[in-house]
Amino acid sequence: MSLGSMLLAAEGATEHAAVASGWFLENAWLIPLIPGIAFFAILFFGKKMPRGGSEIGIASMAASLVLAIGLAVQWVGAVSDHADGAVIRTVTWWESGPFVFTIGQQVDGLSVVLLFLVAFISTLVQIYSTEYVYGDSRYTHFFAALTLFSAGMLTMVVAPDMVQLILGWEIMGLCSFLLIGHWWEEQANSEAALKAFFTVRVGDIGLLVGTAMLLAIFGTLSIQGINDAAAAGEFDSHRMLMWAAVALFVACIGKSGQFPLHTWLPDAMAGPTPVSSLLHSSTMVVAGVFLVARLYPVFHVGLDINVAGQQFNLIAVIGAITLTIAAFLAFVQDDIKKVLAYSTVSQLGYMMLGLGIGAWTGAVFHIFTHAFFKCCLFLVAGSISHTASHHSFDMKKDMGGIWRKMPVSFWSWMIATFALCGVPLFSGFFSKDEIIDSAKHYDYTTLWVVSVVGAALTAAYMTRATYLTWFGTPRGGAAHFMGVPHDTSHEVHEHSAHPDEAEVDDPHLPDFTEDADVHGHDVHGHDDHSHDDHGHEDHATHGKPLPFAPHDSPWKITVPIAILAILALGSGYLNAPAFGIHWFEHQTESSIGLEFAHGGEGAAEGTTDEGGEEHGAALVDEYAMAPGGATYVMAEEGGHEYEAPGPYAVPEPPTFTWQAAIWPGMVLVLLGFLISLGLSLSIFGNRKTVLSPLVGLTKRNRFAGALHTFLVRKYYLDDLYEGVIVRAVAHPIAKAAYWFNQKVIDGIVNAVGKGGKRAGDFVYENIDQRVVDGAVNFSGTAASESGHALQPIQSGKVSQYGALLFGAAAVGGILLIILNG
Amino acid sequence: MLAQNFLLLAAALFSIGVYGVIARKNAVMVLMSIELILNAVNLNLIAFAMMNGSPLDGQVFALFVIAVAAAEVGVGLAMVLMIYRNRRSISLDELSEMKG
Repeated sequence: MSLGSMLLAAEGATEHAAVASGWFLENAWLIPLIPGIAFFAILFFGKKMPRGGSEIGIASMAASLVLAIGLAVQWVGAVSDHADGAVIRTVTWWESGPFVFTIGQQVDGLSVVLLFLVAFISTLVQIYSTEYVYGDSRYTHFFAALTLFSAGMLTMVVAPDMVQLILGWEIMGLCSFLLIGHWWEEQANSEAALKAFFTVRVGDIGLLVGTAMLLAIFGTLSIQGINDAAAAGEFDSHRMLMWAAVALFVACIGKSGQFPLHTWLPDAMAGPTPVSSLLHSSTMVVAGVFLVARLYPVFHVGLDINVAGQQFNLIAVIGAITLTIAAFLAFVQDDIKKVLAYSTVSQLGYMMLGLGIGAWTGAVFHIFTHAFFKCCLFLVAGSISHTASHHSFDMKKDMGGIWRKMPVSFWSWMIATFALCGVPLFSGFFSKDEIIDSAKHYDYTTLWVVSVVGAALTAAYMTRATYLTWFGTPRGGAAHFMGVPHDTSHEVHEHSAHPDEAEVDDPHLPDFTEDADVHGHDVHGHDDHSHDDHGHEDHATHGKPLPFAPHDSPWKITVPIAILAILALGSGYLNAPAFGIHWFEHQTESSIGLEFAHGGEGAAEGTTDEGGEEHGAALVDEYAMAPGGATYVMAEEGGHEYEAPGPYAVPEPPTFTWQAAIWPGMVLVLLGFLISLGLSLSIFGNRKTVLSPLVGLTKRNRFAGALHTFLVRKYYLDDLYEGVIVRAVAHPIAKAAYWFNQKVIDGIVNAVGKGGKRAGDFVYENIDQRVVDGAVNFSGTAASESGHALQPIQSGKVSQYGALLFGAAAVGGILLIILNG
Repeated sequence: MLAQNFLLLAAALFSIGVYGVIARKNAVMVLMSIELILNAVNLNLIAFAMMNGSPLDGQVFALFVIAVAAAEVGVGLAMVLMIYRNRRSISLDELSEMKG
């Protein structure tokens, strides 16, 4: 990819603002390329390197990070010069008929954010991994896959057209399979890897179909071309655009773990912790959210987001469902990584909800802040398992009471948890509150209620997880770590052997949950890998307290954690409406692809009306958006002046007021925190609190028990997929196929066989024996006889040969003379 | 008229050559007869070329034929010499190993 062969695509740039320029901006394509090359370097030379190839991976990610920082600096400079047009450079990858497929870069606010984020987090995670997977048998391959994983995400983020986007998307799919199944010796891990791969593949069909539909609608695969055309209403059929948006959203559902296809994400915890943290923070799962944000005009116009009077749309509803159900599921997990996994699913639901209601900036900013605090939480979980709990992730069996010994991990966890819960002044507050606030402001009332309740649930389940992990009595591995004798009477784990016995034998067993029967019944056992003790030797033998327990994990683990914790605290101030900071919004707003409905009523009305009439002529389908839709004012109801700007413009972010943030959002969050704290203390800590009467409710109350089981079985979605859908689809098909096979195909085959045999017999007797053999024999005999007849001519005498020759020539000559007359 | 004479001469030479090839038993004589045939052909070439009005073409052809004939005779005489060394005879009647 030489510089000379690259050409600047001026397409679309004219109508946008002036294109930014600068070395980093024009060479952003190097950012994914460096890790891509490093992947091959690690594969080929990694084993011979002194550190098993990890140095190549870290060096390549650091180089990408340096480029990404330079890129971000130049982008900020360009934006302040009002030159925030996307920098698009492409080279032709291949041509097929009239279609030219290009590869290259599109640098704008959105991609700059993601490029920086991915490079930054990948660098930290790789440093962390050198310690975490130290001594692993596939150390080199781990780093190779990790590097390619980041390269895939970077390729996707910087993609100027759909083909490159799909390329990066699929690279990530492959690498997630490789990394989740890194310890494939255990059946559960390789099954989790397969599940992740196949579930995402289900969604990927949507990506291919959606891309093909976009090509059919707009005749181009260029992302900016698609966005411009969609935003300008240059398409024939609105219905077709809607279906394209739906198809693309199916891909996002698969990739970003949204509601019906979220089941792969918690299982993906089977991979090493650095993989989980990378997968759940900046790469892979945000790919779906990124796709929606990247092609926002397509979704916004296609799904009529922000049209006056709209209460629900596909993206927002799926996001709302996802954020609630995942939050509920996080309550019944024992595995700390699974709590975090469901928390990720829930936060992705927030991002989708934000995009679905037109809060583009809030959603993208939530990607940004979420990456830091979620990555931090995962790395802390890994730090605990690495140092304190003998490679176990089971909060109930092997953790508790360790906060004094691991100050860095503990305080990082607390900061990240506060950020996740949306505690004011932490980063998550600014991003999540903007989404929630927007939902209210844009009159998506139902969704707003759901998102506020979701925030309260987040606080509650994180409180439970925090209590189980850090406080209370040390148990199992943590007890060894803390140097206290392992006291089983305080243990908060459940017996997994026999559900009925467990209930009868352990009346004293305090439990939020009733997981016992679940473990017994779990059909496939994917989720039972509560530990991944593959790395290296345990720190202590079981049953003996550690005499020289280290205080915290080594620096390679704590330094990345601490950096991420600082960012979890501080990154929110890039866009803190509470303090009038709209910096992040300002940097990225050119990437939305749609106009802001700026200013008062007049301006918004003007643009929308104009747009509506203009496009009205072009639309073939009946199209619900009336030109006068913008005049729909909610003033009489909500008491605030808001006009839905319709699908061709996004509404302005709401004005922040502390009053709106505190009630009901923060009050509910506080309530969730208090209830959860009380329950945790009374259930896990055996303390008397106001909520103590609720302990054991799941056993006493049939309904509560059923609800709990329902949650523990993950809404029976896995059973639905594997037991019902796969069975319902596969079994009749298999049966029908068997019948068809036996009756039809076998019948045909038998008939053909018998017919063939008869025909063969006939042919053998008549044709083969008589005709063919006869002909062959005859020709043989004829040749033999003629040979015998001609034998005397071969006298061996040269004179005779000469005479024959001349005689023949003479005859030929005479013939010629006669014939020629 | 003139060309006819040439052609008649060539035909006579050709016939003598053919007779020699078939009837002679001495291998050297057979080779000499082949030379007669070739020279008959050479005469024909020159005669026809003169009739067509471009005598040089035929003469060049003839020169080529003479050159090729010299090579052919060289090979032929070498073979005859080898046969003589092996069998102390160059009589073609005795050479019938190629009998089928």
